[in-house]
Amino acid sequence: MDPTYLLAGVNDPARYLDWGWLSISVPNLIVILLMIALFGLAILLPFPKDRDKP
Amino acid sequence: MSTTRPAPEVGDEDAGSSMWTSRLRRAWLKKLPPDKLLPDRQPAYVASWIYVFGVLTIAAFLVILVSGLVLAFAGPAWYHTSSLGRYTNSLHFWSVQLFFVFMVIHLWGKFWMAAWRGRRRLTWMTGVVAFLASIGTAFTGYLVQTNLDSQWISFEAKDGLNAVGIGAFFNVTDLGQMLLLHACLLPLVVGVITVWHLLLVRTRGVVPPIDAVDPTDVTDVTDVTDVTDTTVAPADSADMAVQGDAVPATQARP
Repeated sequence: MDPTYLLAGVNDPARYLDWGWLSISVPNLIVILLMIALFGLAILLPFPKDRDKP
Repeated sequence: MSTTRPAPEVGDEDAGSSMWTSRLRRAWLKKLPPDKLLPDRQPAYVASWIYVFGVLTIAAFLVILVSGLVLAFAGPAWYHTSSLGRYTNSLHFWSVQLFFVFMVIHLWGKFWMAAWRGRRRLTWMTGVVAFLASIGTAFTGYLVQTNLDSQWISFEAKDGLNAVGIGAFFNVTDLGQMLLLHACLLPLVVGVITVWHLLLVRTRGVVPPIDAVDPTDVTDVTDVTDVTDTTVAPADSADMAVQGDAVPATQARP
């Protein structure tokens, strides 16, 4: 796939990906993947320790 | 002869007063004392990034409110033409995107924690209603952009809403009506429900991991000493753990 396919400008109409019955715009797919990644990182990454705690 | 009552002793003001203000204050303080409303310590399990997304949602909401106020005051002639207007318009738009990203991750986190446990059903349901009201607010926002996009969306939406039989109650092609909904009514609904949601979170405490003992549910705590040794500290006790003391949920139940 041409990598520029995913790099549409925000002022251009969204590109769509089609897999059979599933059709999704590239911006929506990016946002969903971003949310899943953030969710995974929020579970896995350690939380900073409290600096004030002796 | 004087008809005035003697002043109550210091610290005894609330004891005998039956005025509704006094009763309301006592009920409020009993239900939500200041240290519970604005806590500086949290149970150990809160030391996880997944608990951050609720407050991130609120932060994004505040940016939306401020930028939206500026847009509403200055009007479309400003935010479509000037550099600062376009920037403010973009700030409003992108903070909405972040608002929904944060809220959806908050929703996923709470769903997988079964966050309605421990008499937190109302907390869950106010979150659901806030989510639905936010969708309505965002939708009406797309309708009041005053550009070709908003015309297109409103005419598509008109057909969709008419098709499901609710088009008679409001007119999505009426800019004034949609502006009223977007800038006044729906943000008020989202704001009030969010405050209610927050007060419920503070009243009932943050939901513990599924394997942990709920510090707000005393019926689950048979031996407080054992619980604090191995898992989360009771939310109401002086033994409350400081953030950073988290233990894995798998070790939580003694």
